[in-house]
Amino acid sequence: MTLKPILQGLTFAVASTVLSTAAIAEDPIKVGVLHSLSGTMAISETTLKDTVLMMVEQQNEAGGLLGRPLEAVVVDPASNWPLFAEKARELLTQEEVDVIFGSWTSVSRKSVLPVLEELNGLMFYPVQYEGEESSRNVFYTGAAPNQQAIPAVDYLRNELGVERWVLAGTDYVYPRTTNKILEAYLMDLGVAEEDIMINYTPFSHSDWQSIVSDIKTFGSAGKKTAVVSTINGDANVPFYKELGNQGVSSGDIPVIAFSVGEEELSGFDTSPLVGHLAAWNYFQSVDADANYDFIDMWHAYIGDEDRVTNDPMEATYIGFKMWVQAVELAGTTDVDAVEQAMIGQTVANLTGGTAVMNKNHHLSKPVLIGEIQDDGQFEIVWQTAGVVPGDAWSDFLPGSRMLLADWAPPLKCGNYNTETGTCSGTVY
Amino acid sequence: MKQALLMLGCWLALWSTQTMAETETTPSYEDLLIELTEANLNTTQPILEQIEATEHPDVLVLFKTLLDGNLNFRKADQALISIIDINGTDQYTEFSTGTAIDPLGRRDVTKIRVNNNLRNYLTSAIGRLQLTSPNPELRKAAVLSLLDNLQPSTAAELTRLRTEEDNRSVLASIDLALAMYSAESGDSTAAKITAIDKLSESLEPSARNLLFSLERDAEDPAVQDAATEALKKIDGKVTFYGYVDQLFFGLSLGSVLLLAAIGLAITFGVMGVINMAHGEMLMLGAYTTYVVQLLMPGYINYSIWVAIPAAFIVAGLFGILIERCVIRFLHGRPLETLLATFGISLILQQLVRTVFSPLNRRVAAPDWMSGSLEINPVLSLTYNRLTILIFALIVFVALLLIMKKTALGLYVRAVSQNRDMAKAMGIKTDRVDALTFGLGSGIAGIGGVALSQLTNVGPNLGQAYIIDSFMVVVFGGVGNLLGTLVAAFTLGIANKFLEPITGTVLASILVLVFIILFIQKRPKGLFPQRGRASE
Amino acid sequence: MTLWQTFLSRRNSLGSPVLPFVTILLGLTALAAVGNLWFPPESALHVSTYTITLLGKYLSFAMLALAVDIVWGYCGILSLGHGAFFALGGYAMGMYLMRQIGSRGVYGDPVLPDFMVFLDWDVLPWYWLGMDQFWFAMLMVLLVPGLLAFVFGWLAFHSRVTGVYLSIITQALTYALMLAFFRNEMGFGGNNGLTDFKDLLGFSLQADTTRVALLISTALILAGLFTLTHWVLKTRFGKVIEAIRDGEPRVRFLGYRTDRYKVALFVYSAMIAGIAGALYVPQVGIINPGEFAPLNSIEIVVWVAVGGRGTLYGAVIGALLVNYAKTRFTALMPDGWLFMLGALFVLVTLLLPKGLAGLYGQLSTSWKRDQTDQHPPNKEATS
Repeated sequence: MTLKPILQGLTFAVASTVLSTAAIAEDPIKVGVLHSLSGTMAISETTLKDTVLMMVEQQNEAGGLLGRPLEAVVVDPASNWPLFAEKARELLTQEEVDVIFGSWTSVSRKSVLPVLEELNGLMFYPVQYEGEESSRNVFYTGAAPNQQAIPAVDYLRNELGVERWVLAGTDYVYPRTTNKILEAYLMDLGVAEEDIMINYTPFSHSDWQSIVSDIKTFGSAGKKTAVVSTINGDANVPFYKELGNQGVSSGDIPVIAFSVGEEELSGFDTSPLVGHLAAWNYFQSVDADANYDFIDMWHAYIGDEDRVTNDPMEATYIGFKMWVQAVELAGTTDVDAVEQAMIGQTVANLTGGTAVMNKNHHLSKPVLIGEIQDDGQFEIVWQTAGVVPGDAWSDFLPGSRMLLADWAPPLKCGNYNTETGTCSGTVY
Repeated sequence: MKQALLMLGCWLALWSTQTMAETETTPSYEDLLIELTEANLNTTQPILEQIEATEHPDVLVLFKTLLDGNLNFRKADQALISIIDINGTDQYTEFSTGTAIDPLGRRDVTKIRVNNNLRNYLTSAIGRLQLTSPNPELRKAAVLSLLDNLQPSTAAELTRLRTEEDNRSVLASIDLALAMYSAESGDSTAAKITAIDKLSESLEPSARNLLFSLERDAEDPAVQDAATEALKKIDGKVTFYGYVDQLFFGLSLGSVLLLAAIGLAITFGVMGVINMAHGEMLMLGAYTTYVVQLLMPGYINYSIWVAIPAAFIVAGLFGILIERCVIRFLHGRPLETLLATFGISLILQQLVRTVFSPLNRRVAAPDWMSGSLEINPVLSLTYNRLTILIFALIVFVALLLIMKKTALGLYVRAVSQNRDMAKAMGIKTDRVDALTFGLGSGIAGIGGVALSQLTNVGPNLGQAYIIDSFMVVVFGGVGNLLGTLVAAFTLGIANKFLEPITGTVLASILVLVFIILFIQKRPKGLFPQRGRASE
Repeated sequence: MTLWQTFLSRRNSLGSPVLPFVTILLGLTALAAVGNLWFPPESALHVSTYTITLLGKYLSFAMLALAVDIVWGYCGILSLGHGAFFALGGYAMGMYLMRQIGSRGVYGDPVLPDFMVFLDWDVLPWYWLGMDQFWFAMLMVLLVPGLLAFVFGWLAFHSRVTGVYLSIITQALTYALMLAFFRNEMGFGGNNGLTDFKDLLGFSLQADTTRVALLISTALILAGLFTLTHWVLKTRFGKVIEAIRDGEPRVRFLGYRTDRYKVALFVYSAMIAGIAGALYVPQVGIINPGEFAPLNSIEIVVWVAVGGRGTLYGAVIGALLVNYAKTRFTALMPDGWLFMLGALFVLVTLLLPKGLAGLYGQLSTSWKRDQTDQHPPNKEATS
């Protein structure tokens, strides 16, 4: 009689052990990582690969997902855009991954897109980009132009009284779009055409002497001038070095950048740049416990106290957390179910607020403006009162003003034309 | 102790003024410091203005600490703490007492933040506080920092200081400030016009900005006309200096190209090895600079002198290794060296990616290379560009001397012109080959040290310069060092003069097309090598 | 002498390596096609669509390697700019495919590709006209690279630019084109290039049948070009070309206008590269200025060197092998594959100067005899 409960307990224990072993022994859920580990983009993308691996490890320590362990599958698309498509196909058909975290440049995303749509894959794209896209198979966790550029310009106008604008960028689609949006926006605000200077440079441009000197000249016309920089990755270091050397101080001509974060700054001495600005949805210097926990986790994972965190890492973090929640909600990793479960997911972001996945597959996030400090970090000098929902289609471009993305039923369309009432492009 | 007494004295003085003016309730310096810790960015400036008004002796230090971003406060008791980075370790000091304290956790202290508006305010406040500094440089900087914000009170102060000033350059800047003040708010039109005339001699941007606004907004048409005249005069000078500037930019770009290409002029030009790993030799030089700086923290200013020979040795040894292990087996098959060295360049890139991570490394600039040599307010030559220009020329001359005046140089030339004959004369061609390749690689390593001051130090550094380097060497004439020099500067200057007309991308394309066409005209480059083995 | 060796080296007999090459190529392609279309995915004999697209890409690269081998292996012209001809052919095909999208683009414009709508262009630039016609686009695939090669070759060979100088200016050519195509004002989509293709001649590019058909066409065209090239090089023209490689001044002294021969061969090779590009684009789904990168062109040369220059099948084998190795290594060891690839290039150059195609001869003859015939009579550029 007294033995019975013990036996019952024992049976239960054995049964549950068997069950959990069975769960762990089950097929792992595969997470594809599609970030360049060699070539020009390795500088930026390797960190994101490590971030995904860290998140996978953490999730496995917490017991996996749906009782199954996660397994990361890493491939190297080597900064070669056609290779991105090939590797995406490999991940989806050979490795049969359930989700992909990957891409940095727009062209790599554009290259992967047809493959994702054909094979009905799911990808999380963690970098700020030009917008003008909303695919059923992609979730965009980086900033759209209205979550970076527009608030940044508002800040410069209202807080610093800027009246004259230099829009400087690398010649590719992200700067082109952002500058077009900004030009339209500034003109709407009554800025005269001669008060806007637009300049494009090739990738990896390294000799900035003339351009910086042009900017100085443009800025000495008696009106407060600012530079809005969409200069890409590795061209920034020589650009900022030249600014510092030619003595363009943030007090005279502030430069606000959308592609310069902690990681880019960690490559050089920032003391001549103190006070120049950047707009992001996250800075490492955010004073929030969630952020400190994340930084500690990152340092413990990477084993280097000096490594910085940045905005695309936060975007990867949010994307991963949301995917885990959506899979749990859907009870499966099936792409169609997860895609629907994703909409409306909320995750506590690292800046102390909440990120929401909208119907257009873009996030609502706060916008922060930071000033560069001499230790390579940013001091947050301004932030939006609440969160800003990401716009897939800009309101300031004539071609996309009337387009709408809404993946919830009944519309289920990434580019719904509100004027003609049709859904162009790929129809599901 | 002395400081404490002083503080006490001040505090007493403040306390007494406070009691005397009880009704006005002016907050004390100490209260203001507490308020400062509670302020946000928008409310900080009024508090700082009040702090400045207290004329407390610590204000200058306080403002400087704040401007440098070193001022924090302890969350527990709102006490101000300055955190200063000394050779990589943070030193925590209690601001009011000046006593060092134990480091605090990052969650226990909050930084007092400044933005650009506050920074501008602080700079001019520090300027005002330093107007009477004993150092004339500081006095001049103080006057110049006031130019954009001239108040009647500052004008009066400057007029008074003018009588006491004996330094010429400071006097000139005070005169400029006073002229600007009277051009804007002078008593009569005549006074304004005289002041504007004075301003037309100045190239100071603030003066120019003022003239622009006068031309646009002045009520008196005579003043407007005078401003237009003055601007015309200034613009003429500005255009001239603009060309000088462009020429300097061109020379500077040329010197970068020269440093990038000069190693290749040896390995490719003299030895005929199509050295695709040349870029990686530049990269090794840059990484050596980084490692040297890591090894001698706190001596950044001297590290460069260690880095130059170190980079030469590291890259040179790698070069000798490559020559001994690979290239010597490929004599007489120059096009195949392209393939082998391409493989080597992939390996070296991945090597630094594995050893140093794919991220860019931070290479600090020595103090003496930052800033610029100000010739006048619109023409200033940046020290780092100037240094690199001179450095490039020194390296070039040194290399030329090695090639022309030393035994090694003689052997190198002999082997490159006629290997068999040289061998017959008893030259150890194997050794000469290894040394030549080592020399070329080592020189490339030195070029890398210079590049580390200008651009990213990362695994892709070499890739960025390899094509330019080949263009320079081919354009100049393979095997001709002087040709490399002329080619580098020609291409640099052409690029910089085209850029304002066509834009950056088109300028590069045009230069490339020019090289292609030039090679059709003169297939052996600017200075073809003459000699028996040169076809 | 084994059967295999006889199979590959019957050069002087009538069949030459053409027949075995074509048989193997078409046979394998047919097997892959059947494996993909007939066998269900569960079957062990099934060939995945992924493999089909990979094979298609490899064969396009093989064709490109063939083009480089024709000028380098047979005429001693080391072009470091063949990627440019490849990319131009690819762009011509890409433009056709863009026009086929019609109003299915994201902005729904019936004529303008998405990137033009986005740049606020109202009319199609003149050089896009006619590209909606397949025949016209295919003509451009041949003409554009051909014309560029003609102009460039005419200038360069006429003024006797040789050796490394020629290599470097071909590199400058492709580099300049890369910079130009990166510019958005050029009207070729800038950095993003042309992508999001829907169909080709009315067949959906996402259908397995289209993919298999593309693979088969690539294989057929490769086989055809291989045969044609083999024949061309056997003619009197081909003999002169080889003579130029071995001693251009002598051929010139004999009264041949060597520059014209070289220009003709260069144009022929550039057209093959253009065709390869046109076949490559629909199979990988994107063309962008990255294809013009000088590094890509160097890689092509490496494929040829690995396979063995001066033998047409060697170039093809090299391209297939190196690209297969790249695919495997990037998946197996993403962090270290460049070490392997780099080491491969160094070792092949050092140990196999005639590439893999020469390996057999090298192994079967003694080391000493090998030494004497290892160096081909051509001493390319001496310096």
